[in-house]
This record gives sequence, structure tokens and C-alpha cells, in this order.
Amino acid sequence: MTDRIKKAGRHVNQSEGLIFEKSAPGKRGMELPPLDVPAVDARQALGAAQVRDAVDGFPEVSEIEVIRHFTRLSTWNYAIDLGMYPLGSCTMKYNPRVNEYVARLDGIATEHPYQPAELSQGCLKILETLQNCLLEITGMDAITLEPASGAQGELTGMLLIRACLESRGNARKKVLIPDSAHGTNPATAVIAGYQVENIRSDAQGQIDVARLKEIVNDDVAALMVTNPSTVGVFEQRIAEAAEILHAKGALLYMDGANMNALAGVARPGDFGVDVMHLNLHKTFSTPHGGGGPGAGPVMVKKILEPFLPVPVLARKADGSLALDTNRPKSIGRVRAFCGNFGVLVRALAYTLAYGPGIRQATEDAVLNANYIRKRLEAHYELPYKLPSLHEVVFSDVRQKKHGVSTIDIAKRLIDYGFHPYTTAFPLIVSGALMIEPTESESKEECDLFIDAMRSIAEEAATNSELVKTAPHSTRVGRLDEVTAARKPILRWRPRATGEAAD
Amino acid sequence: MRYLPKSPSERQAMLEAIGARSTEDLFTSIPAAYRLKQPLNLPGPLSEMEIIEYFRGRANENSRGYTCFLGAGVYNHHRLVVTDTIIQRGEFLTSYTPYQPEISQGTLQAIFEFQTLMCQLTGQEVANASMWDGSTALAEAALMAERVTGRHRVVVSRTVHPEYRQVLTTYARNAGLQVEEVGWAAAGQVDAQALSAAVNDATAAVIVQTPNFLGVLEQVPQLAELARAKGALLVVAVTEAVSLGIVRPPAEADIVAMEAQSFGLPPSYGGPFVGVIATREKFVRQMPGRLTGQTTDHDGRRGFVLTLATREQHIRREKATSNICTNQALCALAASVHLCLLGKEGLRELAAQNLAKARFAAAELEKIPSVRRAFAGPSFNEFVVTLPRSVRLVNAELLKEKIVGPLPLGSFYPELTKQGLVCVTETTPRSEIERLAASLRQILETPV
Repeated sequence: MTDRIKKAGRHVNQSEGLIFEKSAPGKRGMELPPLDVPAVDARQALGAAQVRDAVDGFPEVSEIEVIRHFTRLSTWNYAIDLGMYPLGSCTMKYNPRVNEYVARLDGIATEHPYQPAELSQGCLKILETLQNCLLEITGMDAITLEPASGAQGELTGMLLIRACLESRGNARKKVLIPDSAHGTNPATAVIAGYQVENIRSDAQGQIDVARLKEIVNDDVAALMVTNPSTVGVFEQRIAEAAEILHAKGALLYMDGANMNALAGVARPGDFGVDVMHLNLHKTFSTPHGGGGPGAGPVMVKKILEPFLPVPVLARKADGSLALDTNRPKSIGRVRAFCGNFGVLVRALAYTLAYGPGIRQATEDAVLNANYIRKRLEAHYELPYKLPSLHEVVFSDVRQKKHGVSTIDIAKRLIDYGFHPYTTAFPLIVSGALMIEPTESESKEECDLFIDAMRSIAEEAATNSELVKTAPHSTRVGRLDEVTAARKPILRWRPRATGEAAD
Repeated sequence: MRYLPKSPSERQAMLEAIGARSTEDLFTSIPAAYRLKQPLNLPGPLSEMEIIEYFRGRANENSRGYTCFLGAGVYNHHRLVVTDTIIQRGEFLTSYTPYQPEISQGTLQAIFEFQTLMCQLTGQEVANASMWDGSTALAEAALMAERVTGRHRVVVSRTVHPEYRQVLTTYARNAGLQVEEVGWAAAGQVDAQALSAAVNDATAAVIVQTPNFLGVLEQVPQLAELARAKGALLVVAVTEAVSLGIVRPPAEADIVAMEAQSFGLPPSYGGPFVGVIATREKFVRQMPGRLTGQTTDHDGRRGFVLTLATREQHIRREKATSNICTNQALCALAASVHLCLLGKEGLRELAAQNLAKARFAAAELEKIPSVRRAFAGPSFNEFVVTLPRSVRLVNAELLKEKIVGPLPLGSFYPELTKQGLVCVTETTPRSEIERLAASLRQILETPV
């Protein structure tokens, strides 16, 4: 069986306990220079009641132990730097290292958000240039870079819609969300004070425009739609949907999570979108870092500009840039300071590297997805047959006949040296295998992936146990998630005093 | 293009395999009217050399060469080299949220350690895997208090970071949460009498910050008692996490909303930072954000998984406790590495140095006859000075000496135009503190 697995081989990795278990009194991982001012008695300075004892259970380890500890942990992770990471909807593309370098420059990483604007012109120019680039790419009119992530971008966008409708006299009650949407969409609409009405996709996985026409009324504030949709297909009647909404005074929100299919090819501003967000940690290559940080800029049409969150970047009469907080119609502040600035720096470095050539990245991403689709469609069921853009979604119905589900196939992919694709999403595909290769994969890597997926399809038919019990090559096997949730252990605790030592 | 791993002939071969004649064929599902006919008007493409040159150019237009006495929620502490070395490892930097635990044990164990460190620091029982920043953590803490108590009003001290309060207002507005503010007493702590009057049986939470925005430590145990007497929760914000090396942790709080930027993250013009929510075990199911838990695999080996996900948006959708998805994982990792290096003794020493330097700075500035401390309450590494004239005007003079002076509090509190917030950390040399004092003395002794 192992000769089928071309991408991965076995190698030893190091065992490692918790850092707290390595701790011993008196060890240390850093030293400070001698204090150059008189020492202070904390009890006298703060009052005895305000002073704490040393932090109980806090680690005491040396520098080399810290290096080894975290380096060992790191080797237990899969990463883009190791290979294809085909998580659908997540756009796991190469994270260029020059972006890391420039974000750390002295004069960039060192700047304080409250230093005077005259000492911050470099930071502000970075923000301005990124704003202009993102507006050009999306075809929208105005922008805020404040939101810290896609979900916060969504919230900002929904608050903008609410403020705009309120200014017209009625904030309305409902937000329409297709059943194919990301979970953040309905969760966000609720925080923005709206009721969620889920609408069913049509037989092709598209917005049901006829149904939309029936249900849009004066209670509907907006439709939140992801385009391309979460099945990786362009919403072909999106402009029509926008017209239906606009005719009833409602607005169109676009979740830009899948912008990697459109950058340089089509612009949401041209097909009726009123508000949208981008995930800079997807399309714009800022590293996902095991779960963040990201950034979720929001782009709007002119009518929504007065409501943008503060601060807003402004050019003063003398030509210099400043942050304007005097915006009477603003929805307020969504995050302290100036957004995830360091992430914005990286996104600009990415955009500058491509320039107008960003279209080539989009084309390669779509090429990869379609190549994988073509070469796997004989082996896996394709529930929606419209042309794919940047990702392709199969279902596990054929493998289910052998008792093998999408999660089993995903776990078996690990043995083949790949990170799994996205499982169990979108919800409109039962047993989904959601595959997004991005432009960062070579033909060779795509071919290895295709071979692995074909091989697993065969294993599912001939040796389903092997697949159902995968992975077989990792440090730990499938973990007991039920007990983890039922009896949560969410932190390490020191051994109680009096308990016998080993 | 250097980021794209395909040759023209490989592209051609792939197109042929698909059965497409050209790349354009791949996009026919987009209505022709919306397909761009010409290239976007973007700067670039730039080579690596040009990118570095561009950002160096911008860096030169910022504050290099100035000594800065700003804190106010963003602190300039020494960042250990090891921290940045670790977080640049590709296995941490370029991995996704650890939804596939078998190949994400590194990230998961690191988060578990982060959760533990945050509990130890704050004196709380559980902490999450991170929030976007301190300000959104505070807003989410208020919404959490609303869920826990079923009440719809919070009372927040004006000594909480003004931008945090603004974010709270934005979030509260549509969550049916009413926000009421109370002022401070002479010592610079929340006005306990006004607070006591404002808190009633409709109050979900009392919200304070310690050290507060005026640099003064609040009396958390007393405030907890006051809140509890009315059945409200106490939410405590911490923006200067290094204080927890020496200041008593807010263990009596029901929810702690913390910004942990001080642990190894650069100021970076305001982000990315790392928010934390820590709370009591009994509230864990009302908590927002990801949580990592310990478990075992089928062979009994210890492992870690994301858990209690039924609180979260990807499972619960509109019934989730929050819409947060992407958090600040890599920043949380930086904080963990930094804290492990500091260790028990190092953290204490670091906090003690900050305290001593700030005391020294306060004493130096108070030697100037027209300068005095504005508040008598105990402070950590920040304190407010009252100047005889507008801080804004004085700062303009200090800038000529290449000093970024005290934060003018008039921008946040109209009644405090002559008050400025001074921050001193272990990175501020004594000589620069003395230079600030000397420059300030000279400016103030020069008649206007």
C-alpha cells in the first residue's frame, strides 16, 4: 500500500510534554539589564492589597528549552510551506516571506497609533495605497480597513446597511441568507440586530431569483450572498438579484471570501453589490497563522460612505494625510486604533508584487480547480454541474455505499501527505468534499493530489476499513472529541499540594 | 511571476486536459458584461528589491529617531528575538485553524498552553484561544454578561479606555444593550458612590479597567462586591498585561477582557494584537471564541482538539455566542513564547522595572514647579500629569526636541486639556526620562 503514497515518507519526530511539565524553580529564559533607576518596594508603592505573589504554576524554563519546545510542537503541524492545503473556502495560498520582512521593518512595526499624524505619514500612505488598490480590484467607491477579520468585516457591513436604512426612516427587520452561506453570515446578522431568513438555493446551487422576488418586501434589509458561491460557482443572476433588492429599497451584501476567483477578472461593484468585505488572509496572502490574525476591509458604494466606521483616512488642505474621527453619521468604532495594520502592510506588499498581473493568479487558481475537477469527476460525485471557478465541491455519495464518508477520505489524505480538503461544508451538499487548490500549486502537486484522491476512492471500494480508521501515520489517531466536550479540560493545573510526586 | 509555479507549457497541458481552448473559456460562467476587458489600474508589479525599497521609504516618513512616551493601550516592551523566530516557522505561520487535530497538534497544544497562561495571569478558571483585540474582547464580554444574566444594561466607568468604550457602544447598540457611564473620583479611580447609585437589578455588568486609562489601579475586590450585591457581573478590562506580573490579578471579576500585546507583539501602528476573554468555569458555555481541550486518542495518547464548538458560528449559525471565526492565533502564540521565556521570575522583574521607571519619571516631572501628578491613586507604568497649559501646545514644542510627549487627554476628555498620560517601560532609558524632564522644564519656564 505504501508504494501508492508518493508525497510523504515516515520520519521520526520528537515527543514533547507541556511547557509547565518542564518547569523547575530557578530556571529562566531571559535576563533584563540592571535597573538604571532606584528600585521601588511594590507594597509601599501600590499598597499591599494591590500586590500579587509570584504567579502560581508559571513556567520556569531556559531559552533552549523554549526553542526546542515550540520547534518540536511546530513539527506536528501541516503547513502551506510543506505542501498543498486544499481547504475549500479558506484560500490557503503561498504567504510570501518579503511580506513578513517589510511588516517588521524599523519604522513600520515600531510605530505607535497615537503618535502625531505628522510622524505617521508613512503608515498613512500605506493605508491610502492599499485602499486605492482594493477599490480598483473590487470596483467599489469607498472603504474602511478597520475590521480585524472577515466576520468583523461582515458585521461592519451589516451595521452600515442598518445605518443607511435608518437614515431613510426604517432599518427594517430581516436579512436574507442562502442556505449555502458561511456560518459567520447568520451569526453576524443577529449581532447587527436582524432576524435571519434562510433561503433555499435552487437545483443548481444558485440563488433562487424567482423565490427572492416573492419574499423581498419592506421588511427585508439586505441579502447576504457569497459570490462565487460556496460551491465555487459564479452567481449568474446576481445583477438581477440586486435589481430586485434595490427596487424594494433593500441592499446587496457580498461576502468576498471567494474573491480569489474574481480578482482582475470581474468586479463586484460592476454587478450591483452595495457592500462587501474581503478576507486579506485569503485572497491577499497574509498568513493564517494557525487561525489568525486576518483583516476584513469593507468596501461600499457612495450611498454608504457617510456611515463608515471611524477613523476614516482623510487628506488635509496642506496635502498631508490624517485620521478623521469627526464623522457625525458614522456607525462608530468597530475596533481600537487603526485595524490590523501589520496585516494590511503584508496585503499591500502582496498586491504590489503582482500589480495588474493579479489576474494571472486568479487564472491559475481557476485552472487548478478545473483541472482537479476534470480528473476526479469519474471517481467522485459532482452534485452541482455548473462550471467551477476557484474551487470544486464533490460529495461522498459513491463512497458512502462502502460506508466511507467525506471525513474518512479527508483523514486518509493525511497519510498521503496532504492536508484534508474542507469537509461537511457547504451545508447544501451532503457529505461535501470542498477542494480549493489556489494558484500556488504546481501541476506536479495537483497531479499528486489527484493520484492520492483516486487511490483513496479505490481503497474505499476495496479496503474500506483502511480508510475508515485513517490516519495511520500521525502522532495521534482520531481523538475523542465527545469526551473533550462532555468533560472539558481547558487548561493545565499544577498537581495539588500533598499529592505524591512520581 | 515568482509566486506562480507553472510554466506556459504546463498551463497549456492543463487547459487541454480540461478541454478548454483558452483561459478565457474558464470564466464563461461570469456574464460577459461583467468580465473585465482591460487590466486593472494597479501599481506594480514590483520585484522583491522594489517592495523593500517602497516600505523602507514609508518607514522613513514615520517617527524614527523620536523618543516616545505613549502607552494608552499600546506598549513598547522589549521583544525577545526567540519569540519572532518561533512565530516565523512555516509550520506555525502558514497553517490553518486546527480543525484537523491529527496534523495540527502543534498549534493545538500551543493554544492549550496559552489558555493556561492566561488563566494563571488573570486568576480566572478558563480562557479562550484569543479574540481580535482588547477592545472587541471587552464588547464581547459585555454581550456575554447580557447572556449570562438575562439583563440588558451595563454600567461602564469613564476610566475604561475611550476607544474600548466606543467599540462597546457600537456592539451594544443593536444587541439591545444599554450603556451607562460613570465618572471618576479624586484619586482617579471609578467613583464608587456614583457607581453604586447607577447599578440596579437591571444591570448585567459593571465594567472597569485596571490599571485604568488614567494609569490608576482599581479596587477590584470592592467593585466585585458592589456588583454582586445587585446580581450583576464584574467585567474587568486589562490593557497593560505586564502589570499582572506584580499587580494582584482580577480574580474576583466574573469576566476579564484583556489585551496581551505587551507580551512580545510590536506596536505596529495599532495591530495585530491579541485579545483574551477569561472567566469562571460555570460561564464557559456562554463564552465567545475558540477553545482547545485535552483529550485522548484510541490508544490513550494525550492530544488536543478544538472543543465546545456548539457555541460557535460554524455549528450554531444565527444562535452562536459570537460571529468570531478567524482570531489572532499567531499573536497568541507569540504571547505564549514570550511568557515562557519571561518565566515566573522574569515576569516579576519586568513588572518591577516598569513600576520603578515610572515612579522615577513621575518624581522627575514633579520636580518641575508647574507640573503635578493629576491623580493620587496607585499606578503601574503610566500616570497623568497636569501641566500649566494645553498638553497639545507643549507637545508641539517637545517634538522639536524629538520627543513624542504625554498623550493629550483632551482628545478623549474635554475637561482634561491640560492633562497628559505618560508611559514609561523597561525600554525607556533613564537618560531619556531626564531629557523629557529637562525639555519640559525649559518649555514651561519659557513665557508664552
